[in-house]
Amino acid sequence: MVQTAENIAMKVPAKPEYVGVVRLTVSGVASRLGYSYDDIEDIKIAVAEACTNVVNHAYTEQSASNDMHVNFAVHEDRLELVVADEGGAVDTEFFNRERGPVSKDQPVDELKEGGLGLFLIETLMDEVEIRGEKGVMIIMTKFLQRDEVEPNGRRASEESPEHQ
Amino acid sequence: MNLDIQVEEHENESIARVTGEVDVYTAAKLKDTLIPLAEKENHRLVIDLSGVEYIDSTGLGIFIGALKAAEKSGSTLKLTGLNERVRRLFEITGLHEVIDIEADKREEA
Repeated sequence: MVQTAENIAMKVPAKPEYVGVVRLTVSGVASRLGYSYDDIEDIKIAVAEACTNVVNHAYTEQSASNDMHVNFAVHEDRLELVVADEGGAVDTEFFNRERGPVSKDQPVDELKEGGLGLFLIETLMDEVEIRGEKGVMIIMTKFLQRDEVEPNGRRASEESPEHQ
Repeated sequence: MNLDIQVEEHENESIARVTGEVDVYTAAKLKDTLIPLAEKENHRLVIDLSGVEYIDSTGLGIFIGALKAAEKSGSTLKLTGLNERVRRLFEITGLHEVIDIEADKREEA
C-alpha cells in the first residue's frame, strides 16, 4: 500500500538571506510532526547546509535562473527533504570529494575553511542521496522515532517499532 | 536572523562575545570582526559563544580561518561558553581536536 505524502514546496532566491527563512520553515514543519528538539536542530543544519551549497556553488551571474527549490515531503514515519538547483553542469568533483571530519594530525595552515557541509548532512540525516539533474539535487531523510545510534555511539532510544 | 558581536580589547587580549545565529548570511560579519583580531601579533583572542543558538559549517569555517590567522601571527585563540548543541558540532567535525575549546562545565562538576 502506497501512502501519499503531504508536500510543502518553496522556491526562494539562492541568496544567503533566504537560507534562514528555509531553516525556520523546516523547523516549523518538523516541530509540528513531533520530532525531538535534537532531531529538529539536526534537520535545520542539514537543510541549511544544502541551501548554502546552492547559494555558494550553483549559479553564476550568467545563469538564467537563480532559485533554490525546496520540498518537504511528510510521510507517516519520515520527513524527506529535497534541496535542488537548476545550475546545470553538475560538478562531478562535488560528488566525489572526500568527506570526513578534521584530523588533529593535520597542520593548522592546511585546514580548509569549507567542505564540512556535506559531511554534516551525511552525519546528521538518516539517509542522503545526491543526484545530478538540472543541477544538484540533495535528498535527505530523517525518520520519526527511529532507533538510532548517534555519531558518538550513544543510543538515543532502545525501544523502537520495526519499520519495514 | 541576527548576529551581534561585542568586542572588548585589552593590551594583550581581546574578548569577542557573539550572540545570535551564525550561518551563510551572518558569517561575513563574524569573519570581518574576528580575522583582524586574530591577526594581532602575540595576542590572546577569546571568543565567547554563550549567546550562539545556531551555527553550521559556514560558521565553523570562520573559526578555522581565525585559528589559521592566529597561528600565523603568533597568537592564541580560545572558544568559551559553547552550549551543548554547538559543542556537539565541533566534536562531530573533529574541530575540538584542533581548536582550544573551554572544557565542558558539566563534566567538571
